[in-house]
Amino acid sequence: MAVDGNLASLSESLWTAATGTYMLAVVAYTGEYAFGRNGRIARTSPVSRAEVSSAQVSRVEAGVRQSALVGGGTLTDPTTPTGQPHYGAGSVEPAGDAGRRWGRAAVGLTVLAALFHLASVTIRGVAVDRVPWGNMYEFTLVVGLMATVAWLATLVRMPQLRYLGLFVMMPVLLVMFLAGTLYTKASKLVPALQSYWLAIHVSSVAVAEGILLTSAAITSMYLVRARFERHAEAGTTPARFAGLGSRLPAAASLDKAAYRTVAFAFPIYTAGVIFGAIWAEAAWGRYWGWDPKETWAFIAWVVYATYLHARATAGWKGNRAAYINLLGFGAMTFNFFVVNIVISGLHSYAGLT
Amino acid sequence: MDALRVPRPVRRLWRRLVSMRTALVLLFLLALASVPGSLLPQRPLNPPKVQAYLASHGAWGRFLDRIGAFDVFGSVWFSAVYLLLFASLIGCLIPRITVYARAVRAKPLKAPRNLDRLAEHATLGTGLDPDEAALRISRALRPRWRTAVRTEPSGAVAVSAEKGYSREAGNLLFHVSLLAALVLIAGGRLLSYEGSIVTTEGSGFCNRPISYDSFHAGRWVRSGSLADFCVDRLESFTASYREDGSPAQFKAVVDYSEDLAGQSRRDVIEVNHPLRLKGDRVYLLNHGFSPTVTITRPGRTPVTDTEAFLPQDAVLTSEGAFKLPGRDGTGDDDLGLSAIFAPTAVITGGVVTSVAPTVEDPVLAVLAYTGELNPGGQPQSVYSLDARQIATGKLKQVGAKNLALGQSMRLPDGTLIRFDGYKQWVNLQVSHDPTQTALLLAAILMVAGLLGSLAIRRRRLWVRVQPTAGSARSVVSVGGLARSDGGNFGTEFAALVAQLETVLGAAAPVPPAAGSSPEPSVAQDRIGAGRD
Ligand code: HEM
Repeated sequence: MAVDGNLASLSESLWTAATGTYMLAVVAYTGEYAFGRNGRIARTSPVSRAEVSSAQVSRVEAGVRQSALVGGGTLTDPTTPTGQPHYGAGSVEPAGDAGRRWGRAAVGLTVLAALFHLASVTIRGVAVDRVPWGNMYEFTLVVGLMATVAWLATLVRMPQLRYLGLFVMMPVLLVMFLAGTLYTKASKLVPALQSYWLAIHVSSVAVAEGILLTSAAITSMYLVRARFERHAEAGTTPARFAGLGSRLPAAASLDKAAYRTVAFAFPIYTAGVIFGAIWAEAAWGRYWGWDPKETWAFIAWVVYATYLHARATAGWKGNRAAYINLLGFGAMTFNFFVVNIVISGLHSYAGLT
Repeated sequence: MDALRVPRPVRRLWRRLVSMRTALVLLFLLALASVPGSLLPQRPLNPPKVQAYLASHGAWGRFLDRIGAFDVFGSVWFSAVYLLLFASLIGCLIPRITVYARAVRAKPLKAPRNLDRLAEHATLGTGLDPDEAALRISRALRPRWRTAVRTEPSGAVAVSAEKGYSREAGNLLFHVSLLAALVLIAGGRLLSYEGSIVTTEGSGFCNRPISYDSFHAGRWVRSGSLADFCVDRLESFTASYREDGSPAQFKAVVDYSEDLAGQSRRDVIEVNHPLRLKGDRVYLLNHGFSPTVTITRPGRTPVTDTEAFLPQDAVLTSEGAFKLPGRDGTGDDDLGLSAIFAPTAVITGGVVTSVAPTVEDPVLAVLAYTGELNPGGQPQSVYSLDARQIATGKLKQVGAKNLALGQSMRLPDGTLIRFDGYKQWVNLQVSHDPTQTALLLAAILMVAGLLGSLAIRRRRLWVRVQPTAGSARSVVSVGGLARSDGGNFGTEFAALVAQLETVLGAAAPVPPAAGSSPEPSVAQDRIGAGRD
């Protein structure tokens, strides 16, 4: 069966539609972030309420004891060192909150964009009659889609995080543009890629990378917020960047969210690398050959293992662990861009000429 | 390790080696040490590239070579990190396994004195007496929790419950499987071999080190002990292409026999589908053309020769050579043909190139030389004539012509060279690694262990039932602790308390402790310092 040109160009139009819609979503998220009373919901959400750093426990203990019998609703949040007033979960939202409308629009646009995105990927697959992740362009599209799906899934469980959409959708938008620059004409696969392991190996790696991308975004927020909290504790005014921290959830929540995303993605990534080794055994006669792609997959895996260790090691929690997380993401990104485009070994699937 | 006899500094060193922090640093070093392996050319992967790097980088290149930077994964320092990590892993696993074995058998911990100091706590009332309540509670928890019921001196009955033991089991399984995987990988390197051979249609080979064009074997492979199989014959090779010239499928049909006495069987080898024999696999790695020429030198028997040519591009413009030694002893009577084969040729300005990988219009472009092909009998490439011999004039060009199929050319000395046709060759690789299956199993166990370790949550729950003189017969205080990250323990705890409430039967609410206002019976706060 030959490549279906009409479907292929439909898929490309859908890419354009998805990218445009993501852009609108980013605008709307920015609107919510700018005009909304963000932080409000997050500060009183169960997620951030559940964490109090141990240093703060004693300080607020008295208050906790008392409120223990009253329920958490009207509790002053001990994680807001600035002591800004905010609304409890039970209180009424002020009418006409513009941020809220922006936020709802943003989520609607994200869903729409994700649908375009999904359609673009699916139709591409139909057009070429194979899994739609046979070259860098296609793979990038799939990773972006995974990140969006991960974000929407997060919203279902924790709608109060909506105001952070800007920080997740911005990277996704970048990924979409990147896919554009990596564009490859729809084509069939060379024999080396004709294997069902392509479906298994690449999809697991794409899922893991989409989730790890989210983790890296959360970790960056953590670093900003942690800095903000250090300033707040010391009573100094945070410098430019850390100033953003006032609107982010508590550092402890972010740290935990970053950990959970890695903990979720790591076994998938591990399995993905193992699937790759199984495929390499079938295709090249050895399961591991220290090809640059394999080497960097190994490096990223070891760095994420280091991250998991760091979170269980005294003196390495918090900031250091966060930097290790970012380092792991860096290694993974390096593997995708630099190794594919500049170094390139046996895994020459980039499709770029 | 016998603590009495081992000197203290050694013990201290060992303790440091097996600490979590050292593992962390070693893991990091392992990642760091791998980096040059991908950025610098590596000898095991691509020796010519290493030569080129050395040639263009002078002293810096020689320095890198001396420290093993061109074989990172075989270098002393990489092995050192690897072995230290290995030791650290063993040293940290043994005590953890013993501790865990003990923990699995131990009863859940006694309830702490003050349950409402815990991150999650609640208070209920019940009409049951303490023993009955404790019994019901532990029965309700038992399917998923390990419980212990203790009567305290005060007369209260306390239930301790714990779950998520298998988290540590998962973690240990992961690390033990990892250890096994490392051992198997190292064993594989010693026990595996790999041979590569170019085979032309119609011919075959047997699994002997000398058969191969290149053969690499681990230290523990005895060359006499290779499996007795032969690829008797490459029956045919087919490459099919799409309209745009991209390859669609490569297929090699081979006859093989698994042992010397066995009968020949036929199978197809494709990319991604090796031929799997008992302990060996045969892979199709590459393919190309082997043109055939017949050379008739005056006064000598005609010689028909088929030589594999090396593809130079995606449309299989291929280069190669025919070498015909002359009469012994003369040294200047050899005949050499340096040739280009194009399966679908276009000739522009006398230069032949191919425009398609399929055979439509094959042309063999021949440059003929006479003189001395190989002074001193050094091993040399079979794909080209020695450029130095040509440059020094020891090989002199005596003719050049583009031959279509069946055409011939005549050299000044009367030699006739005819382009008879072509065959195809494939590069087959034979691989043997007896550790593979076990390694796959270890890898699967690693993932299983990881899933257990990262998904299972460790929880502790204590319930203290105290007799009371109030309207309810007992006051039940519940406290919970999350021992591992993951999940929202607050929600989990609330659900548990609700479950206990049903088990204990609806009972009168308990008035709160003195000093606070009356509030619902399940008074819980969600603020906690727990590791939820
Ligand atoms: C080859 C080196 C190693 C690798 C790749 C590795 C990998 C991992 C990974 C991925 C985890 C997180 C998943 C889990 O909790 O099971 C982990 C956890 C853990 N590792 Fe390792 N490990 C290595 C060596 C070690 C060594 C040498 C030690 C001993 C000091 C160690 C002790 C631990 C402990 C205690 C945990 C549990 C941490 C927690 O409670 O979350 N590991 N390891």
